[in-house]
Amino acid sequence: MATKTDRLLRNTLLGGLILGLFALVAGLLVATTYENTKDRIKENERQSILRALHSLIPPERHDNDIYADMITVQAAGLGYRGGLAKIYRARMGEVPVAAILEVIAPDGYGGPIKLLVAVNFDGRLAGVRVVSHAETPGLGDGIEEEKSNWIHQFDNRSLINTPPRLWAVKKDGGVFDQFTGATITPRAVVKAVYKALNYYELYLEQIFTAPSEPHE
Amino acid sequence: MTNTPSYRQIVLDGLWHNNPGLVQLLGLCPLLAVSSSFINALGLGLATTLVLIGSNVTVSLIRNWVREELRIPVFVMVIASFVTVIELAMNAYLHDLYKVLGIFIPLIVTNCVIIGRAEAFASKHSVQRALVDGLMMGLGFTLVLLAIGGLREIIGQGTLFSQAELMFGSAFEDARMVLIEDYRGFLLAILPPGAFIVLGLLIALKNTIDNHLARQQTRRATNEAARNAPEAAATTTQATES
Repeated sequence: MATKTDRLLRNTLLGGLILGLFALVAGLLVATTYENTKDRIKENERQSILRALHSLIPPERHDNDIYADMITVQAAGLGYRGGLAKIYRARMGEVPVAAILEVIAPDGYGGPIKLLVAVNFDGRLAGVRVVSHAETPGLGDGIEEEKSNWIHQFDNRSLINTPPRLWAVKKDGGVFDQFTGATITPRAVVKAVYKALNYYELYLEQIFTAPSEPHE
Repeated sequence: MTNTPSYRQIVLDGLWHNNPGLVQLLGLCPLLAVSSSFINALGLGLATTLVLIGSNVTVSLIRNWVREELRIPVFVMVIASFVTVIELAMNAYLHDLYKVLGIFIPLIVTNCVIIGRAEAFASKHSVQRALVDGLMMGLGFTLVLLAIGGLREIIGQGTLFSQAELMFGSAFEDARMVLIEDYRGFLLAILPPGAFIVLGLLIALKNTIDNHLARQQTRRATNEAARNAPEAAATTTQATES
């Protein structure tokens, strides 16, 4: 009897040992790969953000490190309920040129739409880009720059040259086109951009004077 | 121990007779989700193939070491770490494609083809055979993905090879071919139901081809029997005459 329990115990321990050994090897493999790729991944992310920022504010318009000149804000006005929105700042010889705000349009047809909204220092939009969305392909995805030039309707708009009641799609009496078969998507984007402009006006000073924060 | 299949058999199984996408119907989640364009399909297909080869080889290497009751947890660990390694590598070296395929790379873990091949094949056969099996199953899966991806892209958008630069670099920015000019697009093909419909059609096509081949074979067999029969009859009569 004793030998039987002994055997069982030994088997279990041996099994645990083998499993532990495999966990160790697997863990080492993943850890080594992580160590060897992490700098590259970080650089990739930096490059891809930089590319997006430069498509809104071209490199010749600023001379600061726009990626590093970043602050994070808790801002419901940018669509962020919980979580932090990033704001990048473009300057030319210390003079503010523009701010690029991360904005979420929470009420897209397929869920939240993430945007980058670039506002020139004088309050005119330098441009808007869609970062990610889950809108219906072929209907709502015209908001992507690659799919149509709808998003360029925002260029140069401001709260001054476009009064509040015109910040809507044409169907609702505004100035922005909607898509055939998709009104919810453009409506959500227009609303989010409008709110972002208001946020910018309200916090203009803090946006450009707050000390920059490191990327985590 | 099951009998050892020949390499020819392993190749034919992976690509046709036991194709993971068309016959085993395993790994449909990523198959249907990512197959909206040719390049996406290629990316996921290659990533899955790499994981399959890695896990098959590892599982085969340790097959005599690991006891029955420990097999499944060890397989899961092996597969999970391979997928993580490939995810990190893709993030580092094919960043733009990684952003497109996004959540589907970790989902390779849930692709039943991988644990299925580990359990059904690699744990019972030599390393070389397991490697060939992994490669062929992966290729079979990739080919089905490419067929679905290509068809959906052509029907849905009228293009082929769009976004090739995500995978092959900026030199391939012009690889996109517009097959149908001024095409308004066919939404159904890009949406998930389109994936189901195209997959169903491909399975039907494969079954038709198989049936056709089988019928040809029986016809050839009966023909041969008919040709042999009169001769046999003739020899018997000759025998009785003499």
